[in-house]
This record gives sequence, structure tokens and C-alpha cells, in this order.
Amino acid sequence: MTVTHQEIVDFLYHEAELLDEWKLEEWAALFTDDGKYLIPPIGNPDADPAQSIFYIDDNRARLEERAKRLLKKEAHVEYPHSTTLRNIHNVRVKNREGNSISVRCNFSAYRTKREVLDCFVGVLDYKLLVTDNKIVIQEKKATLKLDSLRPHGKISLIL
Amino acid sequence: MESYVREDKEKCEFSVHRSVFTNEQILEEEWKEIFSKCWLFIGHESELPKKGDFKRKKVGGRNLIFTRGNDEIIRALYNSCPHRGALVCREDEGNTKVFRCFYHAWTFKNDGELVGMPGKDGFPDAFNCDGSKNLTEVTHLESYRGFMFVNFAEHAVSLEEYLGNAKEYIDLVADQSEAGMELLNDPQEYSVRANWKLISENSVDLYHGMPTHKTYFDIKAKQDPGITKVVLEGKGTDLGNGHAVIEYKAPWGRPVAHWTPAWAEDDRQEIDEIKNRLIDRFGEERAERIASYNRNILIFPNLIINDIMAVTVRTYYPVRPDYMEVTGYALAPKDESKKFRLRRNDNFLEFLGPGGFATPDDNEALELCQEGYLNNFEVEWNDISKGMNREQPHATDEEQMRSFWRKWNDIITKAKAKEEVKI
Ligand code: FES
Ligand SMILES: [Fe+2]
Repeated sequence: MTVTHQEIVDFLYHEAELLDEWKLEEWAALFTDDGKYLIPPIGNPDADPAQSIFYIDDNRARLEERAKRLLKKEAHVEYPHSTTLRNIHNVRVKNREGNSISVRCNFSAYRTKREVLDCFVGVLDYKLLVTDNKIVIQEKKATLKLDSLRPHGKISLIL
Repeated sequence: MESYVREDKEKCEFSVHRSVFTNEQILEEEWKEIFSKCWLFIGHESELPKKGDFKRKKVGGRNLIFTRGNDEIIRALYNSCPHRGALVCREDEGNTKVFRCFYHAWTFKNDGELVGMPGKDGFPDAFNCDGSKNLTEVTHLESYRGFMFVNFAEHAVSLEEYLGNAKEYIDLVADQSEAGMELLNDPQEYSVRANWKLISENSVDLYHGMPTHKTYFDIKAKQDPGITKVVLEGKGTDLGNGHAVIEYKAPWGRPVAHWTPAWAEDDRQEIDEIKNRLIDRFGEERAERIASYNRNILIFPNLIINDIMAVTVRTYYPVRPDYMEVTGYALAPKDESKKFRLRRNDNFLEFLGPGGFATPDDNEALELCQEGYLNNFEVEWNDISKGMNREQPHATDEEQMRSFWRKWNDIITKAKAKEEVKI
């Protein structure tokens, strides 16, 4: 089955919406069993995880833990839940091979809590798979286009 | 003169006045008396392996270049042109023979010496004979086991003397590999919307472990059900000079060299080999201490070495009373196998990183404290008494924080007294 550009865009919007609505377990379910979710060090998107510390380097099990954790009251940083808004822009399909599609897009994600607004911007690289007429995520890598995590101080939301 | 810190040994009560977290004048004193006079961590020798290597660093509010010259000597140079002041180095890191200020193109060797100026005929032959137009070097730069510190004061005690009893604990970290330790690339630069002293407290505060980091322990307990049964047993110690440590048995795996059921059975062999090498070098008892005990070390005022499921080296500076900038590095044995390095780094980002399952909650706790200080007019004192009723305070007590506050109070009270005399 071939997926149209619009269907890819719709899928990305759908993912963003799940996150903004705090449907985090549904979000985790978008990933394949060998799915990965990564945030490399700022300024070093091709870093080697043995030489540098990533912000996030989740396999499927841990991204699910991440989703579950953020729904708990004891995830203090997100309790009560912050308000978030994600935008996806400039969606480009980089490559198609069989049922796998590489997609790159820009993103901005806003988080507000206790009347402080933080803005995260960057690039998302997806490896998507089309199976059983459905799009699933094999890898999602968020490269932050920031100088540092200041003033945000943390990445407590899923980008 | 009123006092910010009250210690009543008889009543077992230790309190800190909350204005120290909000008051602008106190922050000014801290810049003058603490960050301009204490030894401050600038980096690790391993960051500059080759001649010409440099890193840009912000230490104690100063812009510095941490550089290894062609003469192999490591220096800390003020990153400011002697001509009109512009930053001469704009890259965060790299390797260079010269630093060239772009404004009027004065050029300096990587040891700071001025070697080129366009339009030299406009200056006398004797210009810079006294070296006053070279990049200024920070007077005091000393290393202890690879950890390098600067001191901006004119007169400073030696680093060894300053570190005092803390050296024993730095040794336990530095001894983890015969090949030496290295700081990894890409330090994590983040911030907390809270007073800087709250991180000094938090980093050696085991009391908050369970309530604040329950979600982390829940996740770990799935991998190793034994983890929650391990009592965080150990000691909290005042090391003098404001330094402090907690040392306690590790409930989790330590890549050097403490195995956990959460890891594969065949990793055990590699752990045993590392452990045996430690035993050969240091004997059974010290090897066990290095391998299986955690250490959270606080070097006054703002260096934390957390030797836990990975090793962080963390410094932080105030920008405002209610906002600080944090830099977190990862430290690891140079000769570590790729498998264990990945495991270590995984541990680091999972617990210690700002995208992990613990640090963001610490961040939140500190910010909520800071918000609570809006009530300072009516609710004035912090309580830091836990464990004062014990001969030997536990790691989950607060002796290690009292150590920080005693030193802090000593410095700030003396400075204030001097000022009052002047008035
Ligand atoms: S300010 Fe550097 S050369 Fe003039
Ligand atoms: Fe903590």
C-alpha cells in the first residue's frame, strides 16, 4: 500500500494531538516493538552514545515506562499536568523503500506551567513503517535547535 | 547583627533563614566572598588531551578559555581582548595554535602571548615588553587527581589544603580505573528556577530519595525486585571547610563494579574482572568500598561529584537569587568496555539527566521551595536538623547540609561584620 504525503502529515498531527491531550499510552502504542525514541545532545545530533550523554535514548520498553510515569501523580514535575502545544511544520519525505519511509519535519513545542512558558524547537526525524494499512513508528529522533536547556531546565514532556 | 544560620546543639535544632534564598544583597556578597575567593571547578585534565586543545568555560561568572598550550601546559585565560575587551575565542571548543580577536585582529598564541597586531608601526618597539597586553591568565589553577580548579583571589590556600578531608572521597572516584578517568563530551547545560544553594543541599540529600523519586524506583524494581528491599544505609559526614559526603550501600548496579540482577547474567564475569583488578590494586576492603558504595560528594561551594549509578560532575551558578545555571558532566573510566560505557551512560540519562526520570523532579522540588519563599515575611526559617540527635548521622540525615551552611554562614557573617565596622 502506498501512503500519500497527506496521510503522513495527518499521522504526525495525530501523534502531536495524542501528546497534547496526555494520551501517552496511546502514543507509546504507535511504536513498533523495536521502536526507539531519541534526543541527542544539543549541537551534536550524530553523537555516539558511548562518547556523549543523550537526553533521551529509549528503547520500546522505556518509552512505554516514560509514558506511564508521566501519567502518575508521583511524576512531580508534570503534576498537575502542564499545558502543552505542539506544531509540526515543513514536512519532507526523505526516502521511501518498500514499506519504510523516512520523514523529517520541524517542530515547536510549548509548555506552560505555573505561568511560565517554555518553548522547545527542533527537527524530528522519523523512520515510519507501513504495516497492515497502518503507519507505525520505528524511530523518532528529536534534535533540539537550542543553545542549551536554558531556561527550560529539563525535558519533562515528550517532544 | 542578626544571623542567617542558627545551630542549637542542645535542642538538636538547625535553622536557616529563608531570606538567604531571595535577598539580592546576599547574592552580591556571595559573588564577592564565595565565587571570587573559593576554589572553583573549571574542568578535567582529560578534556584537553592534545596541545592546542581548548574549551570555553564560564566559571564564577567569568568568561575563560581552558587551554593546553604548545608547551603542554594547561592554563585558564580570561577570554577578553587586552585591546578593547572583545571575546577572543568564540567557539565552544576546538584545537588551535592562535586565538585571533576579530575586532582589530590582535592575535595571541595558545599560551596567551600577543604575537600579532596589524599596524604595528603605530606602537612603540617596547610595546608589551611587560606582557601586559597578553591574554591575562587566571593566577591560581591547580589540579587534584585530574580535577582542575581555579581561584580568582589574590592569595589563596593551596587546592590540597582547601579540599582537605574531601580528598579521600575524590580518590575513591579517581581510583576507579588504572587508565584514569575522563569527562565525556557534550555536558548537559540546564537551569533551575531556584536559588543555587538548593542544589548544594539537594545533591547530598538522601532523605528525599523515596518520596521524590518513587517513579524511578518503581521502574527499577520491575527489573530487580530486590532493589526496594535495600535500605539506603550509610553515613552523612561533615568533611570540614563546607565539604560533605554521604556514603551508602548501592541499591542499584554500578558499572564499576557492582552487578545487579537487572543486568544480564554474563555481565557478571566482566564485573568480577573489574572488581578483581581493584582488589589487586587496593585490597579487599577498599575495593569493596569503591565498587559497591555510592558517594555523593559536595565540594564547597558548588561542585558535586555524584558517584552513584554513573558519575556526574556538576557545577552551578546563580544568575538571580531565584535562578541558576547548571552544567552537568559525566565522568567515566578511560578504558571502559563499550558495553559497560553504554550501560553507564544509560544509567546516567535515565536518572541524572534533565530528560531522565529523576532530575526533572528534583528540579520541580527546588522550584517549589523557591515559590514557598514568597511567604518569607511570615514563615522565616528552614529546618535542617535531621540526625542531630544521633552520634553518627545517617546518610538520610542532614549533617552534610549543615556542613555547607556552617561554612556559608562563616563566610557571609564575617563579610557582613567587616562591612558594619566600615559603616
Ligand atoms: S578588541 Fe581585540 S583587537 Fe581590538
Ligand atoms: Fe533527587
